[in-house]
Amino acid sequence: MRELALHILDIAENSIAAGANKIKITVDERLGDDFLVITIEDNGKGMDAETINKITDPFVTSRTTRKVGLGIPFLKAAAESCDGTFAIYSTVGKGTTVQAGFKHSHIDRMPLGDISTTLQALVIGTPEVNWVFEYKAGEESFVFDNQPIKDTLDGISLSEPSVMKFIREMLDEGIQAVQHQNTFVN
Amino acid sequence: MATVKSLDDLKKIREEALKKQQMKETSGKTEIIVGMGTVGIAAGARETLKAIMDMIEDENLSDIIVRQTGNIGMDSYEPIVQVAMAGEDKITYGKVSPDMARQIIQDHVISGKIVVEFQING
Repeated sequence: MRELALHILDIAENSIAAGANKIKITVDERLGDDFLVITIEDNGKGMDAETINKITDPFVTSRTTRKVGLGIPFLKAAAESCDGTFAIYSTVGKGTTVQAGFKHSHIDRMPLGDISTTLQALVIGTPEVNWVFEYKAGEESFVFDNQPIKDTLDGISLSEPSVMKFIREMLDEGIQAVQHQNTFVN
Repeated sequence: MATVKSLDDLKKIREEALKKQQMKETSGKTEIIVGMGTVGIAAGARETLKAIMDMIEDENLSDIIVRQTGNIGMDSYEPIVQVAMAGEDKITYGKVSPDMARQIIQDHVISGKIVVEFQING
């Protein structure tokens, strides 16, 4: 995958598959530290240590039936090839947090990419989940939470064209506002 | 900075959508599902879904539910799009590019004609 935003989409799919109804995605561009950290935190069913080891190792062959978690080794490899870090924290019954860090200026670090479209796919395509997205870069930040949107809509579908447009513009504007304040982001 | 979207704007959008809903007969909803597993994403499923969402916005298509789902289980056909018109069987399309997605919306969802050449059998 050529964008961090596509990895984020993939990892978030694992959270949905784990039955989460609240998923928080954080992109933190720590420019002073030359580091970019992506965190995907869910309240899904969680995993035990053995399962975490299995899905983190791309050479495990025993996984033949479930496709869930396939993208974890890709993200781990991407982070580690950029002087980065990778961690999964999980508690059975409580949820899972996946965190990948990248050296921001590393030549092999893929761009953040189209994070707005990734979020539109998740927010509109899985409306039953409470999605929270926090984007930080330098001093700027943007927080998106679909719960107040769903409360305001009160039964009107997120797939309504006018609602889709509202969500798209809200995400685009928020993300661009953060990026315009910082020359070196993304 | 651009004008910030507010929930007040959304309230107006809701009122408009409600009016539209009340004017129309209840014809049932069309469901469009895009497979968004790892293989699908790598094959371009996000761009396919984006094309569908853009088309719904541009053509102002109401009464459609867009959903994304995990692995559908037919890796070699990703990206996969399924269309379920109200009261009809679900049709599965394979290797759907953004252009093909637009054609599926135009021919199948708007005009009611299944795009047979993109369809996966079974």
